[in-house]
Amino acid sequence: MTRRTEGVRTLPLHVILVVVGAVMIVPLVYAVLSGFKSTDELSSNPFGLPEHWLTSNYTDILGGGDFWRLLGSSTLIAVGTTVLVVALSALAAFSFARFAFRGREALFTLFTMGLMFPFAVAVLPLFLLLRYLGLLDNPLGVILPQAAFGLPMTIIILRAFFREIPGELEEAATLDGCTSFGFFWRVLLPMARPALGTVSVLAVVTSWNNFMLPLLVFTDNTWWTLPIGVQQFQGQYSAEYARVFAYLVLAMVPALAFYSVAERQLVGGLTAGATKG
Amino acid sequence: MTSTFLADKRSGPGTDLPPPESVRARGRGRRRVLHWLTAVGFQLPALVLFIGMVLLPMLFALYAAFFRWGGFGMPSDYVGTDNFTDLFDNPIFLGDLWRCLVLVLLSLALQLPFALAMAVLLNQKLRGRAVYRMLFFAPYVLSEAITGVLFSMVFAPDDGLADHVLGAVGLDGLGGLWFADPSYVMATLFLVMTWKYFGFHMMLYLAGLQSIPRELTEAALIDGAGAWQRFRNVTLPLLAPTLRISVFLSVIGAIQLFDLVWVITQGGPDHHSETMAVTMFQYGFKRYQVGYASAISVVMFGICLVFALAYQRFVLRRDLEGATTTMRGDGK
Repeated sequence: MTRRTEGVRTLPLHVILVVVGAVMIVPLVYAVLSGFKSTDELSSNPFGLPEHWLTSNYTDILGGGDFWRLLGSSTLIAVGTTVLVVALSALAAFSFARFAFRGREALFTLFTMGLMFPFAVAVLPLFLLLRYLGLLDNPLGVILPQAAFGLPMTIIILRAFFREIPGELEEAATLDGCTSFGFFWRVLLPMARPALGTVSVLAVVTSWNNFMLPLLVFTDNTWWTLPIGVQQFQGQYSAEYARVFAYLVLAMVPALAFYSVAERQLVGGLTAGATKG
Repeated sequence: MTSTFLADKRSGPGTDLPPPESVRARGRGRRRVLHWLTAVGFQLPALVLFIGMVLLPMLFALYAAFFRWGGFGMPSDYVGTDNFTDLFDNPIFLGDLWRCLVLVLLSLALQLPFALAMAVLLNQKLRGRAVYRMLFFAPYVLSEAITGVLFSMVFAPDDGLADHVLGAVGLDGLGGLWFADPSYVMATLFLVMTWKYFGFHMMLYLAGLQSIPRELTEAALIDGAGAWQRFRNVTLPLLAPTLRISVFLSVIGAIQLFDLVWVITQGGPDHHSETMAVTMFQYGFKRYQVGYASAISVVMFGICLVFALAYQRFVLRRDLEGATTTMRGDGK
């Protein structure tokens, strides 16, 4: 087949891709451009490039402290959740993968059952518990439940990975005087770096995008995360479309930037999680 | 599951070496207990967090669902199953169930086939396919809250992007109130959900497609099978496990849908886009009918559980059998 006929054959496919691609990207480009317009221009000139590139919508937001505070608490909560869920899951997955003990399968089934507890189902009783523990308006009130709900998937992925590490390594380490924990810490974890990267990326993205729990736990704005901030900003400036667009775009940047560097881990983790769960 | 248990023991790591014959029975027993304690010790932190933050709250909801309770103090006004019977008389909740079913059917009929078509398309050697894959998946990493605010403005009545686009191509008549129109709010919501989630399903399918050995489709080609026959008789059956997982995730997602709806419509206009989770939220956190809202949580969990078990029993069983055989086969 020559290059030319190949090109003719694939032309309809390319047309489809361009159309779908346009539908996907136009809302995002529209938001970016709208952020550079004034709200008046937005209704007179909805699609075109801005007549005057107005940067004040963006710079006003970046100049104020609010946006950075939201970014800070989103980061703190995402990092806290990730460290906690990965540490606890690694310990549990190690025990599931490398020990034979009575009750192991029952325990594993208990954790996998967690996959059937969608967050929305448990959020009401969880809120009551957090209020009882005095964890409202405290970042731990979001970190602990997020980590708890992340355990099942993280354990499943890490267990599958830990199983693949040959038993001879552990025997060798034991003969050299390593304890179980020593083997876990000095041999297994360093070898499992790719898997740890994958589950960490998943945990960061899940935490970063969580909306329902921070909405309930943070009654005042001290610890608000970006998703809450975006919703509140829209409520506050509902008439000033251009400003809301600028805010939206700035709120998207960290997630999209993270995606562009961690795409492989994210996609790998999601597909592994789906097929192994 | 027992098979994996045995397999592990056989290829067991050094921690569980059989003790020499000379060791006395009591010593062996002590070692076993110590071994068990070590193994469970590693589980303990995760287990405490999981029980405390996932299982206990759910059990408590199951208890509270039998009380009329405002959420303060301990529940004391026992009402039996009244909350549940009221719930199934509540037109809003019955509407939630109906809308959930509609979303599931729309996803199965439109969103997943579309995702599959895109996956098949992007599994071919086309210029720029890596860019398209990345672009189609990108909305998945955006927060639902951000997506919701974005599309509430894209579909703003009269002045949003959607109406301007339709106006520009001479289809003004198709534009309208979108999320503010009771008849179209669900359709618009479904469009947004497809924009956000089809890329995720596409990625699952792509991973599935790439695990299909090329020799099989080539063999079919040599046997004279056309493109459709190859897809229908070779690719699709081999992709079945991935499709089943994707359907499962899509249904569970529809059952717990909250963020998008809450940000865009809060369930309106007049409950026409309300979901079970939104109704639960309204009763539990706005009206302080916590017992009643707990009953909604319990019903949602019940639906998830029944669906998951039935799905596992009737649809996933073959896949799981396959998986355990492999595990035993290679002794992992």
